[in-house]
Amino acid sequence: MSDATTVTRTPAWKLALLGVGKVAPVFFVLLVLIVWITILNPRFIEPTFFLNFLRRSAPLMILAAGQLFVVVTGGFDLSQGSLVTLTVLAGALLAFADPTNTWWVILFLYGMGLSVGVFNGSVTTFLRVPSFITTLGMLLTLKGIGLLWTGGAPRGALPENFRAFGRATIDGVPLLGRLPWAVIILVVLSTLFIYLFHRTVLGKHALAVGDNQRAAALAGINVHLVRISAFTISSLSAVTAGIMLGGFSGVSMNVGDGLELEAISAVVLGGAALLGGRGNMPAALAGALTLQALFTLLNFLGLPSPLRVTVQGAIIIGAVGFAAWRAVRAGHERGA
Amino acid sequence: MHRLLTALTLLFLMAGLTTALAQSGEFFDPDQLAFELAAMEMEPEGPEGKPWIQALAPEYIDTSEHAKDGPWTVCFSNAGVDNPWRVVGFTTMEAEVDLHPEIATFVHVDAEGSDNKQISDISGLLASGDCDILIVSPNTTAALTPAVEAACEVLPVIVFDRGVNTDCPVSFIRPIGGYAFGAAAANFIVEQLPEGGNVLALRILPGVDVLEHRWAGAERIFADAGLRVVGAEFTEGSNANTKSIVEDYLQLFGTIDAIWMDAGATALAAIEAFEDFGAPYPIITGEDQQDFLIKWRDEGLTAVAPTFPTYQWRTPIIAATMILSGESLPSYWVLPQPVITEETLESYIQPNMPPLHYALCGCEDMPGFPERWGGR
Repeated sequence: MSDATTVTRTPAWKLALLGVGKVAPVFFVLLVLIVWITILNPRFIEPTFFLNFLRRSAPLMILAAGQLFVVVTGGFDLSQGSLVTLTVLAGALLAFADPTNTWWVILFLYGMGLSVGVFNGSVTTFLRVPSFITTLGMLLTLKGIGLLWTGGAPRGALPENFRAFGRATIDGVPLLGRLPWAVIILVVLSTLFIYLFHRTVLGKHALAVGDNQRAAALAGINVHLVRISAFTISSLSAVTAGIMLGGFSGVSMNVGDGLELEAISAVVLGGAALLGGRGNMPAALAGALTLQALFTLLNFLGLPSPLRVTVQGAIIIGAVGFAAWRAVRAGHERGA
Repeated sequence: MHRLLTALTLLFLMAGLTTALAQSGEFFDPDQLAFELAAMEMEPEGPEGKPWIQALAPEYIDTSEHAKDGPWTVCFSNAGVDNPWRVVGFTTMEAEVDLHPEIATFVHVDAEGSDNKQISDISGLLASGDCDILIVSPNTTAALTPAVEAACEVLPVIVFDRGVNTDCPVSFIRPIGGYAFGAAAANFIVEQLPEGGNVLALRILPGVDVLEHRWAGAERIFADAGLRVVGAEFTEGSNANTKSIVEDYLQLFGTIDAIWMDAGATALAAIEAFEDFGAPYPIITGEDQQDFLIKWRDEGLTAVAPTFPTYQWRTPIIAATMILSGESLPSYWVLPQPVITEETLESYIQPNMPPLHYALCGCEDMPGFPERWGGR
């Protein structure tokens, strides 16, 4: 395509389309979904409703951002979902509806997330246990702790000032109307995640480790530290998502079920390579938003919600297949 | 991209078709519906205030052939303890065991929601030869029938909660049933909306008989009354899904007049969706979970709560002692199934209990209450 001597020139519109495709096709998919939903329900893009949609999507977007750090280093974090559940259950149990407890409880929860992340990372990197196994074990362990601690049914409740992070809104904001706290948190954290991933040494090293761990080590990168940091970021994002989800919808035993797979789907949808070395933060965030938009579309189309799981599976296969197909085609073009 | 879209569309169609097929009327049994509706109006036999030993239209059978000297070993094969309803129920059952000194050993095997595990659990219990009587709460009806039949050959069997396709158990214990549950909720909504209106039905999962019966009991009532059911959505029992679904429907329709639920665990999330959206509270049906009952009282909601009482977990233990003592008992033991209304609401509220504690546990006078059930 870069061959300047070609006589027939590629039309401009095709170049533009290819450009979008190269950046990240997920943005294009997201746009299509939003337009589709808006056709079904024009109120969807009114600021109040769209912000509400973002509020609902915030926990998954934050989870996906954390997951991306692990995925680009060539790992998985399957423990995210059960950490979300444990965060909500422990929060309710410890705070017991008393607003004066909120702050120390949140500190405790982040402490818990930190230990889970450091543990996942250390076992994976020092003992060389595949992250799939480490975090699967952690998933079961955290689930068990939640069941033991609560006796199988949630106890206590989250105080209002704890729930505010996922539920409260600031009313009467010019142009926007009701602005959810969750959206403000989402914007701040997304900026932070994009900066961390694309503008700091940590992000570059994470990509390098995922691309070729040995080469990265030989180049002087502290591989252990990078991987442990990635798992820690993932766990901390799960605690954040837990605090927001508990706030959004209250306490239940199954609040985090399957979220780790949704986060991985989002990351893959955002063009990250499942075996590491390639990934893009804005695209991963958009991937999470796309999944959430798809679920909303299914609601609006009146399709039964068990389809969600099927669609999610089809998306992972489709997205990875599409990426592979692009890679093959790119290879042909280079060869030609 | 085209191929992906085609594949997706095909998947949509196939999955939609299979769900539609699976839902086409196989769960509707007009005789059972008629029986349940009649039973809701009946006066139960048995001591006042102890619904777990009351019975509706009982037919007693002689059990003297099973009489045995104590102490006894009672074995229980449980489908699972995987949701708050079953947790409250099983806690109540354990407390009931403690009330009977003649039960020397209570063996509990948890099938963790798996048919296969429950089938091997039951054959394991039979092989041990330790059990004097077997209580089964089947995971699914058809899959567990042969295992229960095999057990009937060896020892007296009691089945409760969900059913099996055989009448070999000495006693089958359960509350009135799902049709009555669904109908009670639907009738309330119809009464409250004489002018008609929008109803959103929120269901947990397709394909579970107890839950399908609830919807089957309600669906026809809405159709006959001419109410507009704008959607019947599956929440998978998740608060977050429930809230998202309700928000979407509010956006789409502007107002929802009533919410019908096949189980109350996510009722609070549905109510909060109206609050966050700034819409007036709907007419809502829930269940006997404390969080819903307290919200109902505090906000003065227009609501009703049919129940699937957890006190039914006491009855199999009592029945086991009756059978092993050779006393006669109902062979099809139908327990009363109260509906909580505005008039009776206050008497079911227990602020010291956990949010998902079921008010109809019948456990208030049992040893260890309320701590054993997570209260304080």
